[in-house]
Amino acid sequence: MTSLDIAPFANALVLGASIASIWLIAAIGLTIIYGTVGVINMAHGEFIMLGAYTSYALQSFLGLPFLLCLPASFVVVALVGLAIERGLIRYLYNRPLDTLLATWGVSLVLMQGVRLIFGSDPKYIAVPEMFQSNVEVGFASLSVFRLVVIGITALVVAATAWLFYRTRFGMQVRAVMQNKEMAASFGINADRVYMTTFAIGAGLAGLAGSLFGVLAIVLPTMGTAYVVQAFLVVVVGGGTLLGSVAAAGLTGELQSVFAFLTNDTFARFLLYVLIVVFLRFRPRGLFAVAKARR
Amino acid sequence: MDLTRRNLLKRSSLAAAAIAAPHLWLPTAREAWGATLKKGEPIKVGLLFSLTGQLAVPEEDSTLVMQYAIDEINKNGGIAGHPIQPVIVDAKSDFNVYSEKAKELIIREKVIALFGCYTSASRKAILPVVMSQNSLLYYPTCYEGAECTQNTICTGPLANQHSKDLIPYMVKNFGKKVFFVGSNYVWPKESNKNAKIWLQEAGGELLGEEYIPLGSSEFGPVLGKIRDAKPNFIFSTVVGASDIAFHKQFKQEGFKVDAMPIASLTTGEIETKAMGPEFGAGHFLSAPYFQTLDNPTNQKFVESFLKSKYGKNGSTHYNMEETYLSAYVFKAGLEAAIKKTGNIEEVTSRMIRDVSGGVRVEDNVSPEGLIWIDGDNFNTWLKPKIGQCQADGSFKVVSQAAEHVAPDPYSIYPNAGKCTAAGLVAPDGKSRKNVI
Repeated sequence: MTSLDIAPFANALVLGASIASIWLIAAIGLTIIYGTVGVINMAHGEFIMLGAYTSYALQSFLGLPFLLCLPASFVVVALVGLAIERGLIRYLYNRPLDTLLATWGVSLVLMQGVRLIFGSDPKYIAVPEMFQSNVEVGFASLSVFRLVVIGITALVVAATAWLFYRTRFGMQVRAVMQNKEMAASFGINADRVYMTTFAIGAGLAGLAGSLFGVLAIVLPTMGTAYVVQAFLVVVVGGGTLLGSVAAAGLTGELQSVFAFLTNDTFARFLLYVLIVVFLRFRPRGLFAVAKARR
Repeated sequence: MDLTRRNLLKRSSLAAAAIAAPHLWLPTAREAWGATLKKGEPIKVGLLFSLTGQLAVPEEDSTLVMQYAIDEINKNGGIAGHPIQPVIVDAKSDFNVYSEKAKELIIREKVIALFGCYTSASRKAILPVVMSQNSLLYYPTCYEGAECTQNTICTGPLANQHSKDLIPYMVKNFGKKVFFVGSNYVWPKESNKNAKIWLQEAGGELLGEEYIPLGSSEFGPVLGKIRDAKPNFIFSTVVGASDIAFHKQFKQEGFKVDAMPIASLTTGEIETKAMGPEFGAGHFLSAPYFQTLDNPTNQKFVESFLKSKYGKNGSTHYNMEETYLSAYVFKAGLEAAIKKTGNIEEVTSRMIRDVSGGVRVEDNVSPEGLIWIDGDNFNTWLKPKIGQCQADGSFKVVSQAAEHVAPDPYSIYPNAGKCTAAGLVAPDGKSRKNVI
């Protein structure tokens, strides 16, 4: 490779990091919910969509600046997640197939609900002018907003890791994950742990949604575009935080490099084939935890 | 019913009677094909668009503007004194549902014509039904061509009309080098085949051609390739939500619209509103219609549509205008058929189509100016226009075809033959009906 070829290739690697961060922040809420609570949350895409609409609504009706919309959409969607967990999911913890159907139903309800309230025409989130340009450092060129997404993803990963591995709550979560009955017999309120984790996972999806609304579009159906990637990352990663980080990094980079070498459509095809082959040999993903069967 | 001897006897005697006297049981061919117009009764038409799902964004507007057009026609006395009655169904963005609902509308509701679809995929899903029932479909938007059926009328531009002026205009004003980006399905690919011909004629140079999966919102890799290729302009056939992501990321990645504008076949008023006008400003669109077209008919159309209960989205879009025209093409066709037979009860769907060749919508009705239906392939003669998006998201017309451009569904497939009213005539003289 000559130096002329290296620059675009290196640029593809930088872009890969950005794609990875987008897929990771889409998947992180799902990772927590799936890894901890064991619920395959089909409504994850709609939590993302709700986050985008929350930002849109707060911005256009209350005039909240974009950067404040991010934490606000976390809170709002976490509350929605909490309500859904209390009203529906908690009755189904021992019936994994039913949670699958129930959350799918929830996703349809949320999609149609948003359509009834906001209509089906696309909405738009305004961002500060500084986010609408790019930075060039030597060979690499990336938009400021992609850097913002990478930064926020890193923060979210760090905060989640801290919450689950450095706090009392995190220890309780891990205890419940390993053995719910045993943890309960030591006085841990498993019900409450599930409720909190589900709400946090939903909130993180909401946060991701308000970022995606800026990158792409705000529509009632926008979530479906991200939920496939999110599931992919969780399945390849094995349902742990570290696994999701590694899986998102790997798949994001591969997608970018394949797309650079061939084209976008073929890159996706190649990536999915590789994932299927990978899962054939490692069905539990990159970093699967040993856990008691629930 | 139990299979007893008595029942069996009863049934077989019934069957025998049916065979003996077929005229008692079988409807005549005309009735079977749903000739449903009755003197003094409303004219039923089907509106087959998606009101939910991915396609709801454009198709909900199509439904609204059709209802508006029907209201307007009814207010002015209907067609030959008969009001039009729309039967509205939701195709749910699902191609199976399109086909089911088409069947339901034609057979059960006995509509005389269908207005529907926004994508080639859904059109191809319902065409077998429409053709087998000898019904009539008004396809009210742009498509790629390469079809020759005896049961469709299209009021949007074909691929051969769409980019004919746009490519030379861009080459002349911005430079020879171009990069093609499109969504990965049939219409962008066929449109790009046409665009390549215009590009060659204009002396342009194609630097690259990339397709993005439908619905994808990740344009990083494609924009990276465009950055390396350094074209003078981008020719885009990206559609839907992807198109909005494309324009946003174009600006976010530091591309400058003055140095490398996007020339699109789809990015209209609704798209620029959805992405925020600052992302659309400066780019180009080729379409037969823009909301800002400066003529009294259009001003009246925009004003009264936006004031009506159907105008809540706040814009009139080329797709909506083409849909609006289809109602008037239907009106003119039905009037011609009634004139021919002298009796509304004898009019069939197929007859309306057959007399629609040459039907005109004059510029006191058509917001885009005079159009007429081709007598061979039943697509529309129209004047493509080029608009540049302004800071407020509206479009300024910068160029307009001097003459009407003929629709030619097989312009890039001369070996396939010529589409005529009776079917596709191959170069060896063989004629085939209903080619899709």
